[in-house]
This record gives sequence, structure tokens and C-alpha cells, in this order.
Amino acid sequence: MKTKWWIAGLSIALLLAIISPIASAFPDGLEKVAEDHGFIDIAATSPFSVVPDYTFPGVESEAIATILAGILGTLVLFGLGFGLASMLKSKNEA
Amino acid sequence: MHIPDGFINAPVAVTTGVIAVAAIAVAVKATNKKVGEKQIPMMGVLAAFIFAAQMLNFPVAGGTSGHFVGAALAAILLGPWAAVLIMSSVLVVQCLIFQDGGLLALGANITNMGIIAGFCSYYIYKGIDALLKHSKAGALIGAGIGAWFAVVLASLVCAAELAVSGTSPWEVVIPAMVGIHMVIGVGEALITVAVLSLIMATRADLLKLQIA
Repeated sequence: MKTKWWIAGLSIALLLAIISPIASAFPDGLEKVAEDHGFIDIAATSPFSVVPDYTFPGVESEAIATILAGILGTLVLFGLGFGLASMLKSKNEA
Repeated sequence: MHIPDGFINAPVAVTTGVIAVAAIAVAVKATNKKVGEKQIPMMGVLAAFIFAAQMLNFPVAGGTSGHFVGAALAAILLGPWAAVLIMSSVLVVQCLIFQDGGLLALGANITNMGIIAGFCSYYIYKGIDALLKHSKAGALIGAGIGAWFAVVLASLVCAAELAVSGTSPWEVVIPAMVGIHMVIGVGEALITVAVLSLIMATRADLLKLQIA
């Protein structure tokens, strides 16, 4: 049976989430500019905390915590995108 | 390029918040009842892929990293209004679940990485694609240049928001932000072109799903 294209697409996204621990730990463009020009310290920490810094809480291995966070976010966004699009579906397509 | 809370002041947060809400409302209106059978899973896959790809920071010059934004890819595949919805979904989830990007700065982040990046890349892509007679190479060149400008222009607007907020002087933050994002934008262009090439080679029909 031919794999549906969107299953292939979602699999690629999940694969990226699984390899996410290899991501560079350097600060990103904005963070680096904020560090270099002395305003990084005015960043406020969030008043709430769910899965902070893409690290699943309560998991000892940082790599596994990152992978779990990545898989969670990838699946949540697939569902959200799919659900949102379904709500905007054209009438003539049942 | 996710702005945390504290970097922008209340007037900038409110202004960009209003812009973001208005753009999302228009995006819903523009795409409502126009989303077809193939576009539904495409919106899901794009939101998922963009989230996952954004986690993979790649190192660039001088101890700095960059990451994919994805607005250009979304806008090229599904049109700029669908891109606004996809990018807003990604940014809301990143903010609420992963504490990446501030809650009060959410409007600014949607404005920069969703609206500015999405529309800028879309029109550059369309222009170059038409100029090069809708050839495969033309589409890829347009996508690459559009993706680069999307990141650079988003960083320029982001820097302007910081400057207006009094966080950093204009003459400092504009060249610093735009300079580093001119390098990061190359990564954005390469990833966007690579994904589009893969789709072209395997399922070229999926390149014709733009909504509105």
C-alpha cells in the first residue's frame, strides 16, 4: 500500500523532534544581540511553567526530556493545524 | 527571534497585539470555506514540521545559532493567510506550553514571524516565479530569496520594536539584529528550497494548494 503523503510529512516532523537534542545550544540571533548589548537581563521569566525550555519536566535524561517535549509539540501542532483547517473546510467537500 | 516578556513596552505589546488579532481575524475570513480535502492535512503537517524544525538550532558565526522560521514555506505552499494561521498556531503553542516567547510579546512575535515573514516571502516568491516564467528553477529561486528576506525583514521589525520600547538604541539594535539574521536567513533559504525540491520531486501536485 502506498503511504499517504501526509503520514510521510508527519513522520519527517517527528524524526526532527527525535533528533532535536543535537540542536546547537548557542544563543539564537536575538538572544545573542541581547547578551552583547546588555539587555538580556530584562527578560522576564514566564509566570507559568508547563514544559519550559523544551525539556519535559521530571525526566532525568536531558536528551530524552527534549525528545519528549519535541514529540508532544509536534503532535499538538499537527492536531491544531488539522483541526483548524477542518473548521475552515469548504462546504462542498463533505 | 522569539521576544520574551520584558523586551518590549506596553504600547508596543498592545499595538502588535491588535495587529496580530486583526490579521488572524482576516485570515480566518479569507480562508473560511476555502480549505479543501488535501489542504487540511497540509495545514497539520506544516504546523507540525515548522514546530519540530524550529527546535533544531544550527550554529552560525560567532557563538550564535539560528533556527528555521517556516513562514515562507507555509506561505508558498498554502498562501499568506493560511501561513498567518499556521505561524500563529506554532507561536501560541510555543508560548503557552514551552515558555518560548513571552505571553505579552505574543502579538509582536506573531506580527514578526507570522505576518511580516509570511507576506514578504509570498510576494517576493510570486514576483520572481512570474518573472522567471513559472519554471521549476524560478520557483525555487523565488522561494529561496523570499525566505531570506522574510527572516531579515522580520528581524528588522523586531529590532524596531525593541528600539521603540527603549530597550536598545536604534543605531545599535538595528545593525546587530539585521546583520546576524542576514546569515541566519541563508539557513532559512536553504531549508525552504530543500523542502520544496523534495515536494517537487515526489508530489508536485501538492505545490498547487494555495488558499486565498
